[in-house]
Amino acid sequence: MTPYRDYSEKRRLLASGELSLVENVEAFLARIEERRSLNAFTSVFADEAIEEAKRVEKKIADGSAGKLAGMVVAVKDVLAERSRPNTCCSKTLEDFVAVYDATPVKRLREEDAILIGRTNCDEFSMGGSNENSAFGPARNPIDETRVPGGSSGGSAVAVAANLCDVALGADTGGSIRQPAAYCGVYGLKPTYSRVSRYGLVAFASSFDSVGPMAKNVEDVALALGVIAGYDENDATSADVPVPDYVEAISQDAKGLKIGLPKEYFAEGLNAEVRAAIEGAAKALEELGVEIVEVSAPHTDYAIATYYLLTTAEASSNLARYDGMRYGRRAKGERSLAETYRASRTEGFGEEVKRRIMLGTFALSAGYYDAYYGKAQKARRLVREDFKRAFKKVDLLVAPSAPTTAFPLGEKIDDPLEMYLQDVYTTPASLAGCPGVNVPVGADAAGLPIGLQVIGDHFDEAGVLRLAKLIGERVGGARSSAE
Amino acid sequence: MKVTLEQTAYIAELARLSFDDDELRRRQDDLNRILEYVEKLDELQPDDVEPLSHPVENTGRPRADVVASSLPIEDTLRNAPDADDRHFKTPKAISV
Repeated sequence: MTPYRDYSEKRRLLASGELSLVENVEAFLARIEERRSLNAFTSVFADEAIEEAKRVEKKIADGSAGKLAGMVVAVKDVLAERSRPNTCCSKTLEDFVAVYDATPVKRLREEDAILIGRTNCDEFSMGGSNENSAFGPARNPIDETRVPGGSSGGSAVAVAANLCDVALGADTGGSIRQPAAYCGVYGLKPTYSRVSRYGLVAFASSFDSVGPMAKNVEDVALALGVIAGYDENDATSADVPVPDYVEAISQDAKGLKIGLPKEYFAEGLNAEVRAAIEGAAKALEELGVEIVEVSAPHTDYAIATYYLLTTAEASSNLARYDGMRYGRRAKGERSLAETYRASRTEGFGEEVKRRIMLGTFALSAGYYDAYYGKAQKARRLVREDFKRAFKKVDLLVAPSAPTTAFPLGEKIDDPLEMYLQDVYTTPASLAGCPGVNVPVGADAAGLPIGLQVIGDHFDEAGVLRLAKLIGERVGGARSSAE
Repeated sequence: MKVTLEQTAYIAELARLSFDDDELRRRQDDLNRILEYVEKLDELQPDDVEPLSHPVENTGRPRADVVASSLPIEDTLRNAPDADDRHFKTPKAISV
């Protein structure tokens, strides 16, 4: 439906007058309405988006428009946008209105992007199917009986179903890459600390990463260049120069040396997914890319390590929801301590409580060393796997998820089974490495298959360059949601 | 290890969450199932490995410790469940 391939083409059409930005925004709004059953958005700002479009059209005409002028962006409902609801898809925050802009949001606004709405996700980003949302699940646009993945499910759906140009997601253990895989779009988790977390509601602070999702690599690169970089409001944001990612991906990727980590192709990987990833690797080899097998021996420990560390961090981060300064407060006359307890018990959903319980246990006196401490050591071992691999190869290629999108309801009563879906995404999260999902075809049922490119710290340029080569020569984003 | 029902109740107390008896038993089962899974970390003998708390180290830049204004008070109080024009209002914190 969008009469352009990517943002640079859109910008050309806007500048020449062949495309009206107001009409483009209206078309997105109409489509959001038409596809309401996908439940991709928690709120949409139709009037504001049209007003913005008028303002940005003038700026394009007078030559003062920013780098993303008229790019229509959807934002995961965990990133603050001033004066807009910021619910994290939790009953705890159902009435919460953000009082400032998150840094990535502020940077998008400064470049004249149009923020059209906020997207559905698992409550506080805890989940891999978007079923743990107080707003109900988002649905996969390719098959509405299936999950879109999670936690940034709504963002992936919004991109795949053409409800926006680009969406922001947040990835703690796969929450951008896995839904991107299930919905057949590109989704980048940058290096930890590459993008400021200021204004991102905290889940696990040593993991959380904000990143862009889009139908093409170019728009991912363009948006990343805008949101990345040091921010004095986030002391953990990296003071490392931001390269021109759009220029970087125009360079040839054929001289790269790629590793296939053998542990990612072991038992549990669906045969069709395996065939697609191996087929992509073979196609790269035929293009002259050198492919070697590498080993990441601690991969099998990643999920256990990840769930101990992130639940511990979450139990601590979510202690702030006590019903005193913001968020839900239970009604009725109670003591202070009883008010805390009643407010939290009413406000949090099933999975959030499960993780708070596990994390509280892992940090409790007598168990800290055996669980949290041991997991921190295992985290170093997982990171060393990557460090070792990147001495031999430039990038890694692996599956993004062990299967394609599964049916709604299939795993919701089996949390451990749900956690095991994160087997290929949690290792890079533990190591802080960037990873991108690249759509590489579909299974027999027509469901998208996702390939993951993982790079060393701050090598988003390399990761995106290879993603572009694979997209052009091997897979390419699907548009079956059309 | 396996947690007992009493330990589960104690963890709920630390986490400021309430569960009825059935739910508490379910929470106990949940915890035990996950704890059984994470026991695979016991296969590792990482005694000589330093714990890692941040995956990307030493890339930040401290800023000068200068007092600056943050949010206006009306914004700070905007989402409060109960407040007057300058204060959050909470249940009594000290009982006498």
